[in-house]
Amino acid sequence: MEQFTGKVWVLGDDIDTDIIIPTDYLALKTIEDMKKYGFSPLRPELAAQIGDGDIIVAGKNFGCGSSREQAPEVVKALGIKCIIAKSFARIFFRNSINNGLLLIEQPDLYDDMKEGDSITVTLGQDVEYNGKKYPIASLPENLLEIINAGGLVKAMRSRNGLE
Amino acid sequence: MGQTIIEKIISHNVGRPVKPGDIVTANVDRVMLDDIMIPFIVDKFKEMGFPKVWDPDKVVLIYDHLVPASQQDDTRHFKIGDAFVEEYGIRNIHRSDGICHQLMTEAGYVKPGDVVFGTDSHTTTYGCVGAFSTGIGYTEMAAILGTGTLWVKVPETIKVVIEGNLPDGVMSKDMILRLIGDLGADGATYRALEFTGSAVEQMTVASRMTMANMAIEAGAKCAVFTPDEKTAEYCGIELDEFQKSLVGDKDAVYLKTMTYRAEELVPVMACPSQVDKIRNVSDLAGTKIDQVFIGSCTNGRLEDLQAAAKVLEGKKVAPFVKLIVTPASRKVYEDAIACGAIRTLVEAGAIVTHPGCGLCCGRTGGILSDGERVVATNNRNFLGRMGTSRVEIYLASPATAAACAIAGEIVAAKR
Repeated sequence: MEQFTGKVWVLGDDIDTDIIIPTDYLALKTIEDMKKYGFSPLRPELAAQIGDGDIIVAGKNFGCGSSREQAPEVVKALGIKCIIAKSFARIFFRNSINNGLLLIEQPDLYDDMKEGDSITVTLGQDVEYNGKKYPIASLPENLLEIINAGGLVKAMRSRNGLE
Repeated sequence: MGQTIIEKIISHNVGRPVKPGDIVTANVDRVMLDDIMIPFIVDKFKEMGFPKVWDPDKVVLIYDHLVPASQQDDTRHFKIGDAFVEEYGIRNIHRSDGICHQLMTEAGYVKPGDVVFGTDSHTTTYGCVGAFSTGIGYTEMAAILGTGTLWVKVPETIKVVIEGNLPDGVMSKDMILRLIGDLGADGATYRALEFTGSAVEQMTVASRMTMANMAIEAGAKCAVFTPDEKTAEYCGIELDEFQKSLVGDKDAVYLKTMTYRAEELVPVMACPSQVDKIRNVSDLAGTKIDQVFIGSCTNGRLEDLQAAAKVLEGKKVAPFVKLIVTPASRKVYEDAIACGAIRTLVEAGAIVTHPGCGLCCGRTGGILSDGERVVATNNRNFLGRMGTSRVEIYLASPATAAACAIAGEIVAAKR
């Protein structure tokens, strides 16, 4: 089982895509140009503080709002390894999988989580925090196929005989 | 066993009966691409290595979020879009005709029973004519452009029954806001909403559009109305047997059923900064405001402008309030001129802008600053959506918004 440990940033319920990356910056040329504005309406300082391999833990309905795929791309570009939330909005969920950003649903961790602490994730098994284990499920088969292919672009390239 | 409307549409599309939870590969009838996303779609499409677009006539490209351009690099998006349609033989392109969701139904791109995807979350709108439509990201859009297919999970359905007659001054916007308040911003996540009942039957297609548009604000995958004679007239078609069959069966299985009496509904608002923070307008009365916006894919249609004009006729907008009105499309704009609504609005003190998405997403004009309040008819009141993150956005119906513009504070339209 793949296992990793990371420092946690805690965000709340209903973190919408306008918070993750405001419309004003969506027409910048690259995700690299956009990423410094990530989460700026809520926490303008956060994008600069996030480090490679950090984890976001949040409440319900993470990623609600628009279909902008820049949202999961910005989160990934900031170095976030995975997001663990009570629940995710559906378009954000699909967009994240297609870009290889790992999302994990866990109903209880958020209520106990303190920002700055570290957690250890064992995929398909559990999240360990403060000596307590929080169970997590595996992804459905068709989504695992996309992730295993390295994202939807790579899956299509392989379909077209380019990989 | 009986089926819900969405189960019927997906079954018809894939050629076999489906049930909630099934993961199927849908054949796409139409796609909508918008100007914000087009550079990313083109990049991903080329990277995927497809030699051609699966069916150029099923593709519609609409410039709306960036029209007219307000930042120096915006026209780059139009250049990339123009080159793409040229290279792949796509003929359906709108460069300044209005908001994508308005055009997709108004210009006849979507028919009852179709399966449609768009690179904008409010693609749920086309359920107003009985289509299955939902928003996706640019990578999935690129994959559809190459394959003509997309995997979907058949959603469970929540049935919403609305019986009776809406009172004067209460619009379908008040109904959908009330429902979002009751469901919560994630209450319909992954699910389909199916609207039915005598109040829904009486509604115009435009009013249904407002409700399907905002289904996403409760997290819904899609929202559908049974196509009827009004739908057929709006789409300029005769309904075929399949389209006529798009009624929820009596023995269909619903996740739950929510029932409303239209007479009991009152004007409401979504308060800053959550779409599900619904309050009666009467409870907010007296709150001072700085701006009013009437427009968007939610409420920028002719009946919306007429509802506002009716309230504003012979009145003046409060001196310190900016009232900005944006028709949803060029056709709506022309019709609103022809019926006199635009004159009434302008004489009352409104600023009328060109059809587009700019105001709603704080992208092209009309933005506000810290501490300012706006009453707006669009669909989102998220932090920073229409200016700084300390702008307070109250979402309301066009009739309520117009009344607030006159008063300079939150107030319900007079019955």
